[in-house]
Amino acid sequence: MAATGLFLIIFLLVHLTGNLQLLKDDGGEAFNVYAQFMTSNPLIKTTSYLLYATFLVHIIWAVILSVYNRKARPVGYAHNKASSTWSSRNMGILGTIVLIFLIIHLKNFWYEMHWGGIPTVAYEGESYKDLYAVVDKAFAEWWIVALYVVSMIGLMFHLYHGFQSAFQTLGLNHPKYNALIKGVGTAFAVIVPALFAAIPILMFLERS
Amino acid sequence: MKITLKVWRQKNAADKGGFQTYQLDNVSPDMSFLEMFDVLNEELLSKGEDPIHFDHDCREGICGMCSMYINGKPHGPKQTTTCQLHMRSFHDGQTITVEPWRAKAFPVVKDLVVDRTSFDRIIQAGGYVSVNTGGVPDANEIPIPKKVADEAFDSATCIGCGACVAACKNASAMLFVSAKISQLAMLPQGKVERKTRAEQMIAQMDEEGFGACTNTGACSAECPKEIKLENIARMNREFYTAKAKSENV
Ligand code: HEM
Ligand code: SF4
Ligand code: FES
Repeated sequence: MAATGLFLIIFLLVHLTGNLQLLKDDGGEAFNVYAQFMTSNPLIKTTSYLLYATFLVHIIWAVILSVYNRKARPVGYAHNKASSTWSSRNMGILGTIVLIFLIIHLKNFWYEMHWGGIPTVAYEGESYKDLYAVVDKAFAEWWIVALYVVSMIGLMFHLYHGFQSAFQTLGLNHPKYNALIKGVGTAFAVIVPALFAAIPILMFLERS
Repeated sequence: MKITLKVWRQKNAADKGGFQTYQLDNVSPDMSFLEMFDVLNEELLSKGEDPIHFDHDCREGICGMCSMYINGKPHGPKQTTTCQLHMRSFHDGQTITVEPWRAKAFPVVKDLVVDRTSFDRIIQAGGYVSVNTGGVPDANEIPIPKKVADEAFDSATCIGCGACVAACKNASAMLFVSAKISQLAMLPQGKVERKTRAEQMIAQMDEEGFGACTNTGACSAECPKEIKLENIARMNREFYTAKAKSENV
């Protein structure tokens, strides 16, 4: 969980930097060039297969872990309020929110970019798929924007526990670094999903 | 004080069990939680009813026997053992729910009594030093930094009560096992067998049917001895190193 989770966290950072190109005021050129690069560069392609595998392992392991842990307590308590954070107790549900989002998200953009019929545009004589137009159209729908915002709140809570938890699982718990891990983890959990959510909100507002 | 007790009653391991309600009208705030049960049991006995079975031994917070899940928390609202919990921690007229520890590895024997021998088997799997290390050595004969000695001692204060398992949403025993592994791994006499110990104790822990840790921290928050989560991280390190380098193939 920890190793795959941390790899997914690194992916989030890379993905966010790319997506922020959407907010550039250039009619989508920077974003389209970036998207084309990400689907054609062989090194990135190899990494992307590693990423798909990581997601799969993380999800399958999450299911195995949840089932295993449920079995460890066949009879529950009638009255229970032992102290732990809400997110730490609901990682499975939070992860499922992210997973549902992921499926819709991949269908909307990733599938379209790879196999859908996307119009092309030309920059400096070179032809590019106009993924920007696809994104722009999707974010004109208020409910898609709402879906993104809700999912990113789910991701926020997933990472609020997950980031620190990964370090503990790897055995990294030392009074010297704990405050740093907790600080960076909380900041990451709040800022990264917030920026992801800001993109559809801003694009929606720009249109209306 | 007037107290309404909702207590889990279960005749034996095979019985389905259920809650039974008792009304107590004359509870002293200075009674310990177990004394309150003693008074109730006297009353039940005099009426010819089966008294409520519960575990206890030292009644001074050091043996770890007094397992009870009180109002949603192991050992009740205070971070201490049930024998050290007093009725003044509750208010007049309160309803108190009392349940046994709930875990596959701690099956209910009767009422509030659970079988915690799974902990003993984990200790038997490696929670010891195999050779006689002699009498008490002269002070400072083996130099051990104060900080390390203190930490090993803190880990050694675990009384094996099982509150960590009871509190954990996964019924994981990692806090207990990590305290036992840490206490030995930090000191020279225990270091010799650290790899085998980590492998065997963790294997036994899994065998007993305890859950896997997801780092919620409920164990440490409810532990009467305030055993720290650092122990679990240390146990993870011990485990990875053992798996990578141990002589057992
Ligand atoms: C796609 C659906 C996902 C599911 C179903 C899922 C589910 C889970 C579950 C059940 C856990 C372990 C429970 C726990 O430790 O309390 C977990 C841990 C974690 N997840 Fe996810 N997750 C998903 C996506 C993600 C994503 C997108 C990221 C990061 C960007 C992520 C990062 C983490 C991290 C860092 C941990 C902690 C690892 C540890 O405690 O050792 N997860 N996830
Ligand atoms: S770690 Fe704490 S809660 Fe767990 S058995 Fe030891 S003393 Fe009890
Ligand atoms: S009876 Fe010994 S710790 Fe409570």
